[in-house]
Amino acid sequence: MQTDVFFLYLLVMAGVTYLIRMLPLVLCREKIQSRFLRSFLYYVPYAVLSAMTIPAIFYSTGYLVSAIAGLAVAVALSLWEKKLLTVACGACATVLIVESIIKFI
Amino acid sequence: MTSRKLFIRGFLDGIPICLGYLSVSFAFGIFAVGSGLSIWQSILVSVANVTSAGQLAGVPIMVGRLPLIEMVLTQFVINLRYSLMSVSLSQKLSPRVKILQRMVVAFGVTDEIFALAISQKEELETPYLVGLITSPFWGWTIGTALGALAGDILPSLIVSALGLALYAMFVAIIIPPAKKNRAVAFCCLLAMALSAAFRYVPVMNKVSSGMAIIICAVASGLLFAAVAPIPEEEEKKDTSMDKAVKT
Repeated sequence: MQTDVFFLYLLVMAGVTYLIRMLPLVLCREKIQSRFLRSFLYYVPYAVLSAMTIPAIFYSTGYLVSAIAGLAVAVALSLWEKKLLTVACGACATVLIVESIIKFI
Repeated sequence: MTSRKLFIRGFLDGIPICLGYLSVSFAFGIFAVGSGLSIWQSILVSVANVTSAGQLAGVPIMVGRLPLIEMVLTQFVINLRYSLMSVSLSQKLSPRVKILQRMVVAFGVTDEIFALAISQKEELETPYLVGLITSPFWGWTIGTALGALAGDILPSLIVSALGLALYAMFVAIIIPPAKKNRAVAFCCLLAMALSAAFRYVPVMNKVSSGMAIIICAVASGLLFAAVAPIPEEEEKKDTSMDKAVKT
């Protein structure tokens, strides 16, 4: 990607991300009073990650079948409250196994 | 405890996060180069941002040269959770952590680092936090570099499997709280349903993916903040205030 355009986008991206993290830490030392705002801030992270995962996860691998298998294993391992690393590796290993089987058939 | 010892303790506490980030950022490196960024551009994105979901959503906006405002809005909404974490973290910092130091540690507020920091018993000191950020930061950067470099060399089978890593991590972050709290579970399901609609429903699929995520998250968040507000933590304080108002 063209260098000057890249740096423009990078600056905006990193700037916004940093300000979001920095401003509350520096400015806001009091507890947020609005219950509605606190509730909104509580739900947003989960909603973001959910929206990013579905349906994009189905197109993240070579085959739809392997993606579904990987998702199923990730959900199962998470329900079992396994560590982040375990869940990621388990799901990736599943994709690897399923795709190997598909290629051999 | 000396600064040096605090730093080392933080650094060691951060090693499990570092390892987790290695695999996830490896997948990001592959994704970024696959999207059209060069190797050093991919690494710079990771160094400057240190945020999985934000980077994953930001790279297509960069490469597609979509309007900058879309980058601002996408990063704002996706990373909004960090502001909540920063607020929470600010309550736990030792009085010795001054404004400049707050500005430094703010750079490393991520889901996992926050979770570990907030679980500490004592007040947080700057050297500990800097240590806790350092090891995951290097994991994130080195993983991205390896992914960006190895993406071409690795067999397609492995690349395909790693493509799922980031999403598997998201699943691992949302499922445990969703299991404990039904409102969180339904909020997630709503966001997923909306997101699927933005992909498959004819007119809705014209909306860009970054904007779709914003709409899904804000709509789900607003609805659930209205119908299922989180419990008041300071029940006593509120009732005493109510009494004061009544009398």
